[in-house]
Amino acid sequence: MLDEPLDRPKPISVAQRVLTGLHLDGPLLFGLLTVSGLGMFVLYSAGAENIDLVVRQGLRVGLAAFVMLVLAQVPPKFLRLWSPWIFLIGIVLLALVLIMGEIGKGAQRWLDIGILRFQPSEIMKLAAPMMAAWYLHDRPLPPTAREALLVLVFVALLPAGLIARQPDLGTALLIAVSGILVVLLAGMSVRLILAFGVLALSAAPLLWFNMHDYQRQRVLTFLNPESDPLGSGYHIIQSQIAIGSGGVFGKGWLNGTQAQLEFLPERSTDFVFAVIGEEFGLLGLATFLTLYVLIVARGLYIASQAQDTFGRLLAGSISLTFFVYVFVNTGMVTGLLPVVGVPLPLVSYGGTSMVTLMAGFGMLMSIHSHRKLVPQ
Amino acid sequence: MLLAPSKLKDHWREQRLFLVRSSVGGGLMVLLTLIVIARLVDLQVFRYEHFSDLSLGNRVRIEALPPIRGLVYDRNGNLLAENLPSYQLELIPEAVSDLDSTLDRLIELDLVDEDDLDRIREDIRRQQRFRPTALRYRLTDEEVARFAVIRQHFPGVDVQARLIRNYPYGTVGVHALGYVGAVSQADLERLDPAQYSGTTHTGKIGVERAEESALHGSVGFRQVLVNAEGRIIQELERTRPVPGHDVTLTLDLELQLAAESALEGRRGAVVAVDPANGHVLALVSQPGYDPNLFAAGISTADYHALRDDRDTPLFNRALRGVYPPGSTIKPVVGLGGLHYGVITPWQRIFCIGHYSLPGSSHRYRDWKKEGHGSVDLTDAIAQSCDVYFYDLAVKLGIDNLQEFLGRFGLGALTGIDIPSEKAGTLPSREWKRARFSRREDQVWYPGETVIAGIGQGYTETTPLQLANMTAILAARGTHYRPMLVASRTDPVTGETEILEPEALPPVTVSDPGFWDRVVEDMVEVVHGERGTARKIGLDAPYRIAGKTGTAQVFTIAQGEEYDAEEVDERLRHHALFIAFAPAEAPRIAVAVVVENGGSGSGTAAPVARQVLDNYLLRPDQ
Repeated sequence: MLDEPLDRPKPISVAQRVLTGLHLDGPLLFGLLTVSGLGMFVLYSAGAENIDLVVRQGLRVGLAAFVMLVLAQVPPKFLRLWSPWIFLIGIVLLALVLIMGEIGKGAQRWLDIGILRFQPSEIMKLAAPMMAAWYLHDRPLPPTAREALLVLVFVALLPAGLIARQPDLGTALLIAVSGILVVLLAGMSVRLILAFGVLALSAAPLLWFNMHDYQRQRVLTFLNPESDPLGSGYHIIQSQIAIGSGGVFGKGWLNGTQAQLEFLPERSTDFVFAVIGEEFGLLGLATFLTLYVLIVARGLYIASQAQDTFGRLLAGSISLTFFVYVFVNTGMVTGLLPVVGVPLPLVSYGGTSMVTLMAGFGMLMSIHSHRKLVPQ
Repeated sequence: MLLAPSKLKDHWREQRLFLVRSSVGGGLMVLLTLIVIARLVDLQVFRYEHFSDLSLGNRVRIEALPPIRGLVYDRNGNLLAENLPSYQLELIPEAVSDLDSTLDRLIELDLVDEDDLDRIREDIRRQQRFRPTALRYRLTDEEVARFAVIRQHFPGVDVQARLIRNYPYGTVGVHALGYVGAVSQADLERLDPAQYSGTTHTGKIGVERAEESALHGSVGFRQVLVNAEGRIIQELERTRPVPGHDVTLTLDLELQLAAESALEGRRGAVVAVDPANGHVLALVSQPGYDPNLFAAGISTADYHALRDDRDTPLFNRALRGVYPPGSTIKPVVGLGGLHYGVITPWQRIFCIGHYSLPGSSHRYRDWKKEGHGSVDLTDAIAQSCDVYFYDLAVKLGIDNLQEFLGRFGLGALTGIDIPSEKAGTLPSREWKRARFSRREDQVWYPGETVIAGIGQGYTETTPLQLANMTAILAARGTHYRPMLVASRTDPVTGETEILEPEALPPVTVSDPGFWDRVVEDMVEVVHGERGTARKIGLDAPYRIAGKTGTAQVFTIAQGEEYDAEEVDERLRHHALFIAFAPAEAPRIAVAVVVENGGSGSGTAAPVARQVLDNYLLRPDQ
């Protein structure tokens, strides 16, 4: 583990020294900035050549990078100590939003704090894996059945349940996934995985019979978008036409007819992947996918180098959850998965999710750059 | 180390475990990415030509095919609501280059109404740009022909045949049937937007609203190729819509017509119920309005005229009009007296024309100034002696009185299967405490018990509640939830779902013989020598049990100005009458309220008689 002494100054480039001083990780930073930079080019085209849109996205990337930088300076020990509190605050805010939503009638996910409106569910995207990692940090791993169950119920299912009631099924699932990933990475035994899987499956019909008709309808549409051809089905058909007509090389930047003629809905947000496919073809999409895979691979490497359980589990969960975002979005846009409102990370136009993602990577960098030279 | 478990932590093993797990994760990631790439190759390499064709030249559009709304029949199969084909002018915003000039030119050609401009712009703003917006409903043949000639000058505008809701009997039964109107923003929050993507109208009130989910059906859709002007070139794929279910009501159209004509020119309500099952046979609220106005897209002027009419035609008096029940509740109060044993049928009191509480000089007057003399329960009901019931109410006490009236469904929603009914008021000590904030108002005064005995004071009931109460009397305690929807039929399979009457907890009394006692007293009202409604009983070929009632009007409807000619009429008492017949085996129970009708016997009872005659004296029965 010590064959790569990071903190020992050695004759390296100025850039390397700056990065090390700022607790940043070069490869990760490169990957993130490349994807969001290319993303802005795509947005310029997807947003009908509206430069304002790109500028606003640029400001958002800047803000997100700043948050990442700040978090990279925070030693992982503090992140760990804060975890339960952040989680608690997240739960309280979610409950608050739910109560205010009940009063205000209708879906309400936002809390307004002056300059920035934000969704408490964004906090939970990080708080859930932090909490799970915090809980397992001091315990001998693999976790016992009881420990695994506790984490799954209170850290994965509780916040997911609160968010699902907003109702925001997509985010709820992703947060549940981030919590579940921590337990899986911690080494929950295969037998337990199978047991919980069977348990979850057998609980499904129970849940089904306790649901309202409209909730069932929602689940059915979720499982089978073809039953809703005028809503999400329309998106799917148009986005497949966009991608398919792009061919191997694409129609060229600003030349995608599906996107430019406003045939593709939500082309600068959830369906931006289809715009890339139409204008830059298979090569463009493969480039983006490769960059995403490299980012996650670097994240997993950082996780494997982490010196304590908390850092290891958190870094691993954040990295793999990032991939789940990519997969759910690209799967939905290409018609492999049902339509869930999940944006393409770092590219889709939109506020808070960008900041949350970069904050997560800030934590990864902190975990990597604050390693001690003392062996444990 | 304070934490015991950390002693057992095996860091080397844990790290290895993590490496294995994260490697599995990484492997899965690569696998899933390859799946996505395989999908991309399929779309972008193997099916490139197909998608390229679709994106070039022609455009694929998905159109909603709205389902055909179910029909509504009365209990004898008379059609009450149907769908008629009608032409409408529609515009697809996406295909129109200059919207303002297009609309202006259409206005000049008199094909679009200038008053509708705001609505049209709002509709266009709200909808997706490739969905058609209706510019004008119900085009005449001449207008269709006129547009056909100039059609090529209006890309994106077209005449479409659509089905619109039609109510062949117009105003008849409108307060039961309700109507459909254009889907509003508020409706969309309640309905599934995908299901309604092709639907322009939805049930707003009455049966049309209550049965919306059955009547609507399921949306279909088709994929079509359209040219640059937005006109359809070819249909690629079609999924048929599933038509809505037909609904059969318990309503009897003939009876409904008879009741409406009996109440003609009056403000008021008639509700007729079958005591054997709670079927609502007629539900009248007068004046009514024409639901076809709403189905065709009501103009602002028409709507304001209805809304601001001082006779409030939009107001459903049968379900939402709350009136003091007056003397109509006396049979129930009398039954309560028998049940609790505070009176016997033959016990007499002497009525001197007024009543005073012990130790008080305040006089509660009888409607008959000189008094009824010596009366027993039969006389008291037949002649509607107030003093007898003042005395009885005090003997019962407000708690028992309120509880017993409550068993007959007063002061609570009847649970009828169409929306918006009101519960009225059945006052009690608790009700007063909750209703008023000032301490001195919260106290229940003995005098309030006195007038509660004759259905005055705080007591308020809807005509529907009175009909329900009458049905319970007629059925000797059996209680059914009033219902308007008898069955639903799937027009495709022909399967019919019959909705069973719902029995509610029956009213039981200490001696079942009391029922017939009170029913006979009610027969005296109509057929007795001194009965208050003897005029309608003179030539009746069947025996009617009834009770008159008169409710004082203390305030005029809000916001009305003084009108010397009219004020007199509108300050008259409301006239009420409840009845069921034949008395020994009742087939129909009816409640009539005539606003400012004067006396129950004079105006309300004849209406009830006409209703009973129509139902019981039909030639075919």
